[in-house]
Amino acid sequence: MRIVIVDDSGARASVLEEGLREAGYDDIHFVPPRGAFVARIERMAPDVVLMDLGSPSRDTLEEMLLVSRALAKPIAMFVDQSDETMIGAAIDAGVSAYVVDGLRKDRVKPILELAVRRFTAFSRMQNELDEARTALANRKTIDKAKAILMAQRGLNEGDAYGLLRSTAMNQGRRLVDVAEALITASSLLGGGAA
Amino acid sequence: MTLVRAAFLPLTDSAVLVAAWEKGFAEAQGIELELVRTTSWATLRDRLVYGQVQAAQMLAPLAVAVTLGLSQQPAALSAPFKLNSNGNMLVMSGEFAAALEQNLPARLADPLGTGHDFAAAIGLFRRKPIIGIVHRFSGHALMLRYWLGSAGIDPDRDVVLRVLPPSLTVEAMRLGEIDGFIAGDPWPAAAIAQGLAEAVAIGARIWQRGVEKVLALRTDWMEANAETVDRLLLALAQAARWCDDPANRGELAGLLARPSYVGEPAELIEAGLAGQIVPRAGTPAIGQPDFLLFHREATAFPWRSQALWIYSQLVRWHQAEPAAAVEAAAGAVFRPDVYRRALGSSAEPMPGASMKLEGAVGAPTGVGAYRGALTLGPDRFFDGRVFDPERLGEYLAGFTQARG
Repeated sequence: MRIVIVDDSGARASVLEEGLREAGYDDIHFVPPRGAFVARIERMAPDVVLMDLGSPSRDTLEEMLLVSRALAKPIAMFVDQSDETMIGAAIDAGVSAYVVDGLRKDRVKPILELAVRRFTAFSRMQNELDEARTALANRKTIDKAKAILMAQRGLNEGDAYGLLRSTAMNQGRRLVDVAEALITASSLLGGGAA
Repeated sequence: MTLVRAAFLPLTDSAVLVAAWEKGFAEAQGIELELVRTTSWATLRDRLVYGQVQAAQMLAPLAVAVTLGLSQQPAALSAPFKLNSNGNMLVMSGEFAAALEQNLPARLADPLGTGHDFAAAIGLFRRKPIIGIVHRFSGHALMLRYWLGSAGIDPDRDVVLRVLPPSLTVEAMRLGEIDGFIAGDPWPAAAIAQGLAEAVAIGARIWQRGVEKVLALRTDWMEANAETVDRLLLALAQAARWCDDPANRGELAGLLARPSYVGEPAELIEAGLAGQIVPRAGTPAIGQPDFLLFHREATAFPWRSQALWIYSQLVRWHQAEPAAAVEAAAGAVFRPDVYRRALGSSAEPMPGASMKLEGAVGAPTGVGAYRGALTLGPDRFFDGRVFDPERLGEYLAGFTQARG
C-alpha cells in the first residue's frame, strides 16, 4: 500500500513516517505542499494521502483528486464515513486522510489511527516545547527586574524577589507582568534597565 | 451565554463575524461567538460538516455544493444570512496585462471590451495562462467563468484554472506559479501593492451585486437551535450595519488587520472597505463605491433566486446535474424564511418576496417591503443578461447558443 504524507513540517512527517514503518508499511513518500506538488502526487498514484488539516494547500489537493485522470479511482476523504468517533478524533488531531475508493476499510483504519496518535503526540511535544520556552523567557524577565531593584534600591536578591512577589500578590497580577512593568518604567525613566 | 463556534478564513469579508464578537453585538444577544481561523475552504467545510463548529463564513456556491453532495461528505447546509456582496477582483501579472488596454480606468470600466482583449492576450501569451481561483465552488470562479465565457473563452480549455487558498495567492504570484488570480480582498490589493500584479476586472463590474460569502449552518443544527439562530442573526445584522457605516471603517480595518484575523496592513484593508481600488502600484486609486457591501440594500437577505443562479452556473459548467430535484435542493439552501423569523421584530427592512429577477435593476429602485423603505441598488450583469429563476432552462439555452 502506497502512502503519501503531505506536510510542511519535516519533523511531524518524520514522526509519522517512523510510526508507519514500525507498523510494517514501507511504501511511504513525503511531499512538501509547495510548487507543483499535486503533479508529483499524481505520478506516485498513492492509495492513501495523509495531510495536516491545518495546511492551506488542502483545497489544491482536493481539486487535483477531483479532476485527475491519472489516478484510476477517485479518492475520498476519510476511511469510514459512518464512524463518527474516528472522524472526530481525526479532526481533533488535525489529520485529514484521502483514500482510494474501494480500498478495504479494515486495511486503512489502522493507518488513520496511527496517524491520529502520532499527530497528537507531535502537537503535545510542541506544546511542551512552547511552555518550556515561555518559562525560560519569564525567568529572564524576572531576573532583569530583580537586578533593577538590587541596583536602585540597594536590596539583596532575596529581598528584591520578595518585593516583586508581594507587589504581584497585592495587585492580583502575575509576577512576570509586574516584572515587565518595572522594566518598562525603569527604561522610560532612563534607569539601568539595560 | 450560548457558545457558538464559527469558522472563518482570513479575508476582509469575515468583517461581520469579527465585528459581531469584537464590538459586543453577539454578547448583547447572549452569544459567546468563538471565531476559529482556518486557512483552507476544505477544512472550514469539514469543521462545519463534522460539527467542530456550528457556523461558518462560507463561499455561497460551496454551501450549495456540499448540500448537493458535490464536495466530499454530503450534508444538508442552510444559509439564512449573507455576510456580504461583492469584494472580488481579478488581477494578472504585468507581463500578461501588457496586451490589455493600458488606460487602467478605461480597462476596468469596460469588462466587455477587456474580456475580448483578454481572449487576444491568451493568444499572444507564451503558454496557456494559469489563473488562480480559491475554489471551484466559489463566487469568484463562477464570475470568472461567466466573464471569460462571454468573450468566447472556454475556461476549461483555453486557460488553466488552479485552485489555491486566498492567503497563498500573493506568494504564488511572486514565485511565478500563477499568472494571475481572482480572490476576495485584501489579497488582490496586496499583490498589486507589492508590484506583482495589476487589476484586470472588478467583481462588482461583472455582476453589480454578486453573491459572495454566506453564514452557513448545518440544517439539522439550525432546526434544533432555532432560538440561538435568531439571536445570532440579530447580532450579525447589527454587526453588518456597523461594518457598512463609513465612520467605522478605520476601526474595522484595525480589527481585521490583527494577526488573529486577516493579518494584512490596516491601510490596505481600509482602502478596500472604502472602495478605493489602486489598479497598479503607484497609480491613483479608482473609486468603486459598491466594491464591497455588508448591510445596505438588505445585502444580508438570502434571495432564493441567487442560490438558483449559482445552480444554473454549476449546470452550465457541467458540475451539477440538470434535474428538477437537484434544482429544488439547491434553491432551498438559501433560507429567507429563517431570516424573516429571526429579524421580523427588528428594524431591518424586510423584502416582501423571496425571489427576484437577477440583473434587472438598472438604477436604484424601491421595492415592496413588509417594513421600512427598501431600495435595491443596480444589480446588472455586464453583458445585460437577466436571470429569471422561473425560466432557468431558457437562461441556460441562451449561453449554449452564444457559444455555438
